[in-house]
Amino acid sequence: MIPGIGALAQDTLWCFSQVKGTIEIGATEADIISTVEFNHTGELLATGDKGGRVVIFQREQESKNQVHRRGEYNVYSTFQSHEPEFDYLKSLEIEEKINKIRWLPQQNAAYFLLSTNDKTVKLWKVSERDKRPEGYNLKDEEGRLRDPATITTLRVPVLRPMDLMVEATPRRVFANAHTYHINSISVNSDYETYMSADDLRINLWNFEITNQSFNIVDIKPANMEELTEVITAAEFHPHHCNTFVYSSSKGTIRLCDMRASALCDRHTKFFEEPEDPSNRSFFSEIISSISDVKFSHSGRYIMTRDYLTVKVWDLNMENRPIETYQVHDYLRSKLCSLYENDCIFDKFECVWNGSDSVIMTGSYNNFFRMFDRNTKRDVTLEASRENSKPRAILKPRKVCVGGKRRKDEISVDSLDFSKKILHTAWHPSENIIAVAATNNLYIFQDKVN
Amino acid sequence: MSQKQEEENPAEETGEEKQDTQEKEGILPERAEEAKLKAKYPSLGQKPGGSDFLMKRLQKGAVNCLRAFPGVDEIQKYFDSGDYNMAKAKMKNKQLPSAGPDKNLVTGDHIPTPQDLPQRKSSLVTSKLAGGQVE
Repeated sequence: MIPGIGALAQDTLWCFSQVKGTIEIGATEADIISTVEFNHTGELLATGDKGGRVVIFQREQESKNQVHRRGEYNVYSTFQSHEPEFDYLKSLEIEEKINKIRWLPQQNAAYFLLSTNDKTVKLWKVSERDKRPEGYNLKDEEGRLRDPATITTLRVPVLRPMDLMVEATPRRVFANAHTYHINSISVNSDYETYMSADDLRINLWNFEITNQSFNIVDIKPANMEELTEVITAAEFHPHHCNTFVYSSSKGTIRLCDMRASALCDRHTKFFEEPEDPSNRSFFSEIISSISDVKFSHSGRYIMTRDYLTVKVWDLNMENRPIETYQVHDYLRSKLCSLYENDCIFDKFECVWNGSDSVIMTGSYNNFFRMFDRNTKRDVTLEASRENSKPRAILKPRKVCVGGKRRKDEISVDSLDFSKKILHTAWHPSENIIAVAATNNLYIFQDKVN
Repeated sequence: MSQKQEEENPAEETGEEKQDTQEKEGILPERAEEAKLKAKYPSLGQKPGGSDFLMKRLQKGAVNCLRAFPGVDEIQKYFDSGDYNMAKAKMKNKQLPSAGPDKNLVTGDHIPTPQDLPQRKSSLVTSKLAGGQVE
């Protein structure tokens, strides 16, 4: 089923496929999923959590016997990527929470990914081992050294098949380059470099060199009292290795060209939507802060997420977005309490589908929203255990704003703000999505005929 | 005022009027919320985007607390590394599993090899996504 095309005939029907994680209510904080990412083929799905662990799922080969059951994702590898550290200079703890995972395109039999916490980026190699050497002369079967005096004959060790073992090894550690907290990493299309962005600076790295990085953006003012905005997200253009964008807490996006100068403090393009000054309130700047920015696969558009909306911008037009979608506008009348409970600072991510025709983002109450850019139709779905029967079709959900509430609807006051879907991922070419709901990972697929 | 309009023209609300009413109601919620907040916290600064606000964000970083309430310091600092390690030890006290019998064999008997040594972090738990329920 070609993603996006099906929507012309009828809306895509989403079905439950799998859920990972436990049901227990008092889950530990370490289990909270903090990032989800498919690799470039969609064969692998990686998650990072607050405890610094990475779990990689692999899609099983589709069997010809079970045509209606498309490949399921099973655990492939898991490892501890980051551990809590202590910054002695500032007497502060450095959290091990994995902020972002980004896959490198596959170039040989092994898989490579970047994972980062607040301060350190690591390059991990995930490789398979299905053979093991046997018949050493100096070691016995358990690996203990043999007394050379007892050895009377020599033999040649041979490789024998063994049970598949998946190993994850840290190949590079890129440390000590960020004074502030890293919010984004992005692999460049040249596959040689990547960038890491913190609140005030962006650094360019070469994968081979860990003790040096180029600083390409620095918005730290000479006098910190003059600080007015911070960097919230950054990403490289999917095809042009010289171009990248970064978003700010003031709702603006800057596009930079590294050919223009070594330090890209002066943007090449500046994207900002004009705001009606009469609409301004205490909350205006906070809710305009962009929490995520993503290039479309085509490279022609960027999508930004702020607290209440998702916007699509055409790179050729800087003065306003070409599309604006309301995610949960009913929260406008709840901003006071959302400020008090800190929810107004929640950082939601947004994703494109493979053909850039549908965009998806999360909300509260374990709801997530999809917007079809062509049909202009949108849907609200819920990730919950109640809808967890295999291949059960997800029923669209609706939030009732006021007045009469219909039977299936949920009122704004009943929304559970502790159940927030901040991280989602969309398979690069198929209608398969991964939705992180606190400590559970849901996988949904479109209905197979 | 909008109510009066409805009374006068109950049947015919043109598209423009409807949009106008909606726009007014759209602005009001945010302003009403702002008034609520100011009523609760009168000392709240006018500009939330001020440097103090952002400075707190820079220090706190990944955690979302940016409230500029006076006197509230959400940043947990430790006096020094000893303080930090004591705090960590207290937290992990409950979680430390008893040392396995294998540990005793390693020391003293023979020169240990990497395979013999216990895993460095035995108290770390595998992610529940990797174990537990798989559907």
